Amino acid sequence: MMNTTTTSRRSFLKGSAAVSGGLLMGVALPLTRGAMAAGTISTPNAWVHIADDNAITILVAHSEMGQGVYTSLPMLVAEELNVELKQIKVVDAPPAAVYVNALIGAQLTGGSTSIRDSWTKLRIAGAQVREMLIAAAAQEWGVDASSIKADKAVLTGPGGKRATYGQMAAAASRLPVPEKPSIKDPKDFRIVGKATKRLDSPAKTNGTATFGVDVKVPGMVYAALRQCPVIGGKVKSFDAAQAKGMPGVQNVVQINDGVAVVADSWWRAKKALDTVTVQWDEGVGAALSDESILAGTREALKSGKVLEIAKPQGDVAAAFKSAARVMEAEYFTPLQSHSPLEPMNFTADVQGNKVHLTGPTQFPQGAQGAVAGALGLKPEDVTLKTTFLGGGFGRRIELDFIVQAAEISKAVGKPVKLLWTREEDMTHDFYRPIGVNTVKAGLDANGMPVAMHFRVASQSVTQRAFGLPKDTLDPFMAEASVTGYNLPNTQYDLVIHDTGVRVGYWRAVSHNMNAFANESFMDELAKAAGQDPYQYRMKLLDGKPRFANVLKLAADKAGWSKPVAKGRARGIALMEGYDTYMAQVAEVSLNADGSVRVHKVTVAADLGMMVNPDTVQAQIQSAVAFGISAGLKHQITVKNGRVQETNFHNFEPLRMNEMPQVDVVLVKSSEKPGGIGEPATAVVVPAIANAVAALTGKRVRRLPITADAIRQA
Amino acid sequence: MSVNFQVNGKAASANAESDTPLLWVLRDELGMTGTKFGCGAALCGACTVHLDGQAIRSCQTPVSVVAGKKVATIEGLSKDNSHPLQQAWLKHDVPQCGYCQSGQLMSAAALLSKNKNPSDAEIDAAMSGNICRCGTYPRIRAAIKDAAAQMRKA
Repeated sequence: MMNTTTTSRRSFLKGSAAVSGGLLMGVALPLTRGAMAAGTISTPNAWVHIADDNAITILVAHSEMGQGVYTSLPMLVAEELNVELKQIKVVDAPPAAVYVNALIGAQLTGGSTSIRDSWTKLRIAGAQVREMLIAAAAQEWGVDASSIKADKAVLTGPGGKRATYGQMAAAASRLPVPEKPSIKDPKDFRIVGKATKRLDSPAKTNGTATFGVDVKVPGMVYAALRQCPVIGGKVKSFDAAQAKGMPGVQNVVQINDGVAVVADSWWRAKKALDTVTVQWDEGVGAALSDESILAGTREALKSGKVLEIAKPQGDVAAAFKSAARVMEAEYFTPLQSHSPLEPMNFTADVQGNKVHLTGPTQFPQGAQGAVAGALGLKPEDVTLKTTFLGGGFGRRIELDFIVQAAEISKAVGKPVKLLWTREEDMTHDFYRPIGVNTVKAGLDANGMPVAMHFRVASQSVTQRAFGLPKDTLDPFMAEASVTGYNLPNTQYDLVIHDTGVRVGYWRAVSHNMNAFANESFMDELAKAAGQDPYQYRMKLLDGKPRFANVLKLAADKAGWSKPVAKGRARGIALMEGYDTYMAQVAEVSLNADGSVRVHKVTVAADLGMMVNPDTVQAQIQSAVAFGISAGLKHQITVKNGRVQETNFHNFEPLRMNEMPQVDVVLVKSSEKPGGIGEPATAVVVPAIANAVAALTGKRVRRLPITADAIRQA
Repeated sequence: MSVNFQVNGKAASANAESDTPLLWVLRDELGMTGTKFGCGAALCGACTVHLDGQAIRSCQTPVSVVAGKKVATIEGLSKDNSHPLQQAWLKHDVPQCGYCQSGQLMSAAALLSKNKNPSDAEIDAAMSGNICRCGTYPRIRAAIKDAAAQMRKA
């Protein structure tokens, strides 16, 4: 089933590319980029540029937002090109069809796809260039290609013949690109699979890394923006008389989404904006509240159009009828904000019918199309340079702030850096939608499940972002709904309900709500059966070696069978997502105020072959922290159409003093690579919920698991 | 108004309104963009710099306050990553997205300037004002201990 979901997601997004405008529009590939060495530069293919002085540049088509692609993707190319990492430079790839992420059908970084998309593609790219360099040397030296070695950016041949890659690059680039170059057997890897220091760490340790907020272009001015407190609302009128007289202020501009002040520094723009009064047409969104959002979704769960996630197995109705016991529970996951630490920003330079964009985006090709569309230009008139992203988590798939920067630049006729305040950022996100899940199980006389009916009602991000037709299954709502457990009679379905909230893809997307429901419920079943939750799960995993293996590894490493310290309890959870199998054990206690303290999280992951195991460890720790933040601490609430949380005092992420020890066990595997940026975020929450239930006897079915939530459970 | 102060040992002057936060003087006027804007409310620590040796949030510090004082930023920790904390950051490959790391390093530097052997609780107390959305906390903790050990040896 997992494979079916993956396939349908891919083909679906490919099909939908036309909907979002300019997505697949190819542009001519720029042959030279600013960051490269001077001299003659040859481009054997789109991934490798070689200068005649042997400076080698590898282009990275995925956005670096912390997950390590600026290191892991060049590792794949370098492995086959036979160069050392210290010999190469890395630059961002521009928007172009050749850089489309094949798993998504667009040049988009998301869905933990970077390695899965690149694993074979970039090794072939590196091998192509290696074979072209060798072929060029063979021609020039009049020797057989098989007698030439390519290593550390140097070609050597019989009789002491020697040339650098740079010396052969021009000739190599004139040769046909081999379609099927030979790539290494993984056992021969020298770079891939070895723990490798990140190439971007030095710049991120001395303040020199350029993020979007750090961009500066000649003649640039700064913009601060106020949008309607009700998302979707429009400016009715505004009074900027005072602002216009303030120091440094150059323009006050109304754009589609609000009012912007443009000044010679961002602080002056922001201060002047604070004096602007705006009358808003709030629109239909003003009626939204937590109560209406939840009530509508609950109603949809009962009476909305039901879409099948997977073909029903067995005879579900009969199995429920004959079950010794039937259990049912409802779970709720709230709205969440991405809140990457770098607030939304972009720099746009609109000059006539040409636009140059610079900034942090997960979706350069989308930005190109959206800005072209908004300004009535062709995508090829829009160029873009991607900077480092100060976090993404899905927020920077969205294009709103990029279009705004371009609109403001067009209005003032100058390059503009638009920067949002944290308050604008938090109250104008594309939020993780709420999820209401019901899970029902029929148990046999031994307490083992013989029937399962899973249903989730939530909102479709894909309808909003990519124009998924109504009443069509959104695979990004169905993730982790079908579990690895052997269950004879099953039914999995979902209901799409548009609550009116502006929703977006949020790290681990629907794995979050579905794994929380499934894995909390599995613990409830184990408890009803009077069985150990680890052993109970294991009984359902016959013939599922990758699931069973990570479950056992996590339990063993966490000391599941050993007594836990007084005042603490453990919980366990299991999931497959992004082709990665993962189990976690969380060990918790309660603080004096009744809130949850997570002491240790043990993670066992089987993600197939790995490129950089050190980054894998870091991503798991990161995803655990992100999950705990949302699982225990923060949520987004809505009143009168206004998001109530505004900054990190009332939407507070996990801090250093709350970070648990994270132990990671990685399975050595020759399976194809899985994604690792996201799954741990979804698994840690049910592991904690199960630990809290074991500790307190209280089952919290509503996130976040705060002290109040435990008291009320 | 003109405010004179020192940044990383060099004379600097700002021609900004007196209530302009130091953060924006550093970033937009002096072009020192290593110090980051995260929340504008002293909640996240991305803008942490030192004022006369104390870690402060530059987003909440009016430039008028720094007149005649010494400011130290990430650019002054060392440009070549030679500071023991930077060395430890590289050894543990701490950064992910990297956006908070200037602030993390400056908070850690303030801690180690007073305490060369901080306990876990002391590290928590000094560092909990710095949010890392990527959750690099375990590596930050390890790197601080490592750097402290190096500094004790030196």
